[in-house]
Amino acid sequence: MRIKEHPVLEFKRDKEITFTYNGKKIKAYEGETIAASLYASGIRVLKASSKYERPRGLFCAIGNCSSCHMVVDGVPNVKTCITKVEQGMIVQEEVGKGDIID
Amino acid sequence: MIETDILIIGGGPAGMTAALKAADNSAQVIIIEKYHQLGGQLIKQTHRFFGSKKEQAGIRGIEIAKQLTNRIKEHENINVYTEATAQGYYEDGVLTVSHNNKFIKIKPKKIIVATGASEKMLGFENNDLPGVYGAGAVQTLMNLYGILPGERVIMVGAGNIGLIVSYQLLQAGVKVAAVIEASGKIGGYLVHASKIRRAGVPIYTNHSIKKAIGEKSVQAAEVVKLDDNWNEIQGSEKIIKADTICLAVGLRPLTDLLIQAGCEMAYIPELGGDVPIRDDNLKTTNNNIFVAGDSGGIEEATAAMLEGEIAGLKAVSEVGHIDSNIFTELKRLKDELKKLRSGPEGKVIRQGIKKARGDSNAGKNRYTHLR
Amino acid sequence: MLERTGIPTSDDINSILPDEERLKKGPVAVIECFREIPCDPCYFSCPFEAINEFDDINDKPDLDFDKCTGCQNCIANCPGLAIFVVDYNNSMVTIPYEFLPLPKKGDIVAGLNRKGEKVCDAKVVKIKDPEKNDKTAVITLKVPTEYLMEVRNIKVGDQDGR
Repeated sequence: MRIKEHPVLEFKRDKEITFTYNGKKIKAYEGETIAASLYASGIRVLKASSKYERPRGLFCAIGNCSSCHMVVDGVPNVKTCITKVEQGMIVQEEVGKGDIID
Repeated sequence: MIETDILIIGGGPAGMTAALKAADNSAQVIIIEKYHQLGGQLIKQTHRFFGSKKEQAGIRGIEIAKQLTNRIKEHENINVYTEATAQGYYEDGVLTVSHNNKFIKIKPKKIIVATGASEKMLGFENNDLPGVYGAGAVQTLMNLYGILPGERVIMVGAGNIGLIVSYQLLQAGVKVAAVIEASGKIGGYLVHASKIRRAGVPIYTNHSIKKAIGEKSVQAAEVVKLDDNWNEIQGSEKIIKADTICLAVGLRPLTDLLIQAGCEMAYIPELGGDVPIRDDNLKTTNNNIFVAGDSGGIEEATAAMLEGEIAGLKAVSEVGHIDSNIFTELKRLKDELKKLRSGPEGKVIRQGIKKARGDSNAGKNRYTHLR
Repeated sequence: MLERTGIPTSDDINSILPDEERLKKGPVAVIECFREIPCDPCYFSCPFEAINEFDDINDKPDLDFDKCTGCQNCIANCPGLAIFVVDYNNSMVTIPYEFLPLPKKGDIVAGLNRKGEKVCDAKVVKIKDPEKNDKTAVITLKVPTEYLMEVRNIKVGDQDGR
């Protein structure tokens, strides 16, 4: 859920864009990160851990912990918490440790 | 090879004030910052700052970040590289940096390391469930992107960060079910605690979190009471409904680069962990490397900004841009910092700083990776 | 106690209150700041210099009740939002407020004590535009006299989760 009104802050949401997540269309705004947009759409589980398949989502949200890795436009292990959304991006849940691109 | 007078690693409050101080005194300055914008943790701080009115007290952190960033952008002596990460420091004084998928080499006369801190983690069952976040992550979601981190939060830790982020959660429209604190007292400023208490948020001292409950994400937390020896009191477990568990259990300095560069370090718990040995001008045991802000010891933004100014000024005085005013100004800044730390709240920091100057106690524990 | 609960005791409060004679003379600031922390904007915010100059930035604020006119300038300037103005004769208390929704003049809201419990209804007599004070609203409430030293926060309407 996005905050609409805040006592101190104003959020600029000028340009609406869409990207797909596991085939589903997700609405986002320019300037948001992939993880933030997914969270705003109620998606908190971003991947499964590679060994025990435990659900994982954001933890640090600043690019340090690698809890938020997803496959973006075919590239694995993308830190979705610091990667900005772009129109038409294809985001997929990563399985295992991700495949090295040829 | 890019040459410059002063290279500043980290564009948070300490790095920004160091850059401005040095650049105002005619040094050529480069800032490298790994995030996409300057400001460090300031860009999420919606509350008014404490400290001295002369050093930005009363102004909101976000506003301080804007003012400093604008001054840096307009300054002809400062070059900023964002999304640039320092890779390593070499014996010939070169720092390598990765930026825009390129590997660049910078040879500065002086370096100021202002890389800040990272959040400590807490071990408890299911602490990897989605919905468990560090306090910084909650601030990033709420204050940078305007996204609710959850609807009902348990805050673990009643230091300043736990109390302030709880207040910010309330402002964002999120319910804070409780703040739990392992020790017997609230560690943060009591005025912060009072603000959330009068909004109906309970603070449970002597409590810790035992486990996060939920299948795909957090649905509740089990908390337990602790006795005076930090042991769990059997049978005192309570389940608190929440969809978010926010960990505000302390910070530790980010010192990888200092260690790799061979600066002498010491483990000083009063300062949050391993920190570089340094003099009162913030110079490490490497004559060309200074440290400022949380990467030298966990404190807060006002101290970080003063340390940035001190390191920036001392560094500039060593690259040939000497002005007699520099030394008067240096003394004034060090006095300000001393005053800031002189009250009861500064007691632990003072003890830590003394050790960090390489005094007798810390001497036994000093280590370095230089052969 | 304050260290455990975050709530000042009645002894704490009494230590910073003026005497009854002064309370009856007119509005006065009540600075609920009980620990020495490095902080001094309140001193700079008083147009009447009623808060004495800090010898040491860690000092607790020292308010000269006779110089204080209850002008409310300090309320939005305290980073801890710990200053309130009490007007005994009119049974009104002025508080800082940084939440949404903001009430409107004339609204009846819940008056909350320092524990966040509702103790009475409060009528919003005046509300200073938050834009004038860097987003901190300054709200004057009329409350029953017996709650003048209790009410330090409000709840507006049916706020989910606030």
